[in-house]
Amino acid sequence: MGILSYFRAKKQTSASVAKERLQVLVAYERNQRSQPDYLPQMQQEILAVIAKYVDVSLDDVQINLDEDCSILELNVTLPEQREPR
Amino acid sequence: MAEIIVVTSGKGGVGKTTSSAAIGTGLALRGHKTVLVDFDVGLRNLDLIMGCERRVVFDLVNVINNEATLNQALIKDKRTEGLFILPASQTRDKDALSKEGVEKVLNELAESFDYIVCDSPAGIEKGAQLALYFADTAIVVTNPEVSSVRDSDRILGVLQSKSRKAEQGGQIREHLLLTRYNPARVQAGEMLSVDDVSDILAIPLLGVIPESEAVLKASNQGVPVVLDDKSDAGQAYLDAIARFLGEDREHRFLDVQRKGLLSRVFGRKG
Repeated sequence: MGILSYFRAKKQTSASVAKERLQVLVAYERNQRSQPDYLPQMQQEILAVIAKYVDVSLDDVQINLDEDCSILELNVTLPEQREPR
Repeated sequence: MAEIIVVTSGKGGVGKTTSSAAIGTGLALRGHKTVLVDFDVGLRNLDLIMGCERRVVFDLVNVINNEATLNQALIKDKRTEGLFILPASQTRDKDALSKEGVEKVLNELAESFDYIVCDSPAGIEKGAQLALYFADTAIVVTNPEVSSVRDSDRILGVLQSKSRKAEQGGQIREHLLLTRYNPARVQAGEMLSVDDVSDILAIPLLGVIPESEAVLKASNQGVPVVLDDKSDAGQAYLDAIARFLGEDREHRFLDVQRKGLLSRVFGRKG
């Protein structure tokens, strides 16, 4: 079984890797494009407030605004062990 | 009323100028009075690809600044009837272009031409933005390669937000022109296929131009590659132009060409 599956397993081509990477990236960048200009600035400022109390980095915060700007969703991944500063 | 076409890509070196020259020449060959406008101020090359580099006297910036009339700056192509070239300035930079100035020149060109083909500089800065701002139609030149596809998507975003059409609530017509396509590498899984790129960019496909020795040969000689109508790239461009004009043409050169017995035995000479 081990040997057979080794031969049967189709190796992913570099072109299909390229396509997957592009699909993820292009979707992300299109989403960013449709966001208002103030969003990155706001993200920074919200993060600065949170960082005063909790140890977080920019990667831990996700801000999504739906298309007609009616719902603002803010996700902050907090560190597992919160240490008071 | 003239149709303004911008040939753009975001990324440099993908074949914008080669494609502009081919498309402009092809439209003129089909009997449409066409002008090719080089927007790459400071790095002009359309004159070189068209083989008229020694006939440049005045340029786009001279016309914008009223230092020359349009007729003085337009170069009549010697090979193709009904084709003119408006070169970019080589001694200035992109700041010499203004929206008002470009609009004035395009309006004047629109009075006497059917098609105005704008060869955009690379990037998304001022030069590229002005080249696409007034366009009715965009031809997005893309290579089957990750950075080119990403940059093409970026320029599509600019077309959809920063063009005059977009500001007026309309939309520029978008076409994908896939260049430097190598069917053998696609078959081997080493290159994005035409379907992959079409899927990602999601705009109508105008044509696929195969990677071809004819392109370098044509640029060496300053002859647009469509005039080499025996070549694969020349034929692919002519097909793309026919599609642009509304004809139904099947896509060719997408599969690996099988060599005939004789050429397999004796090898092929280009």
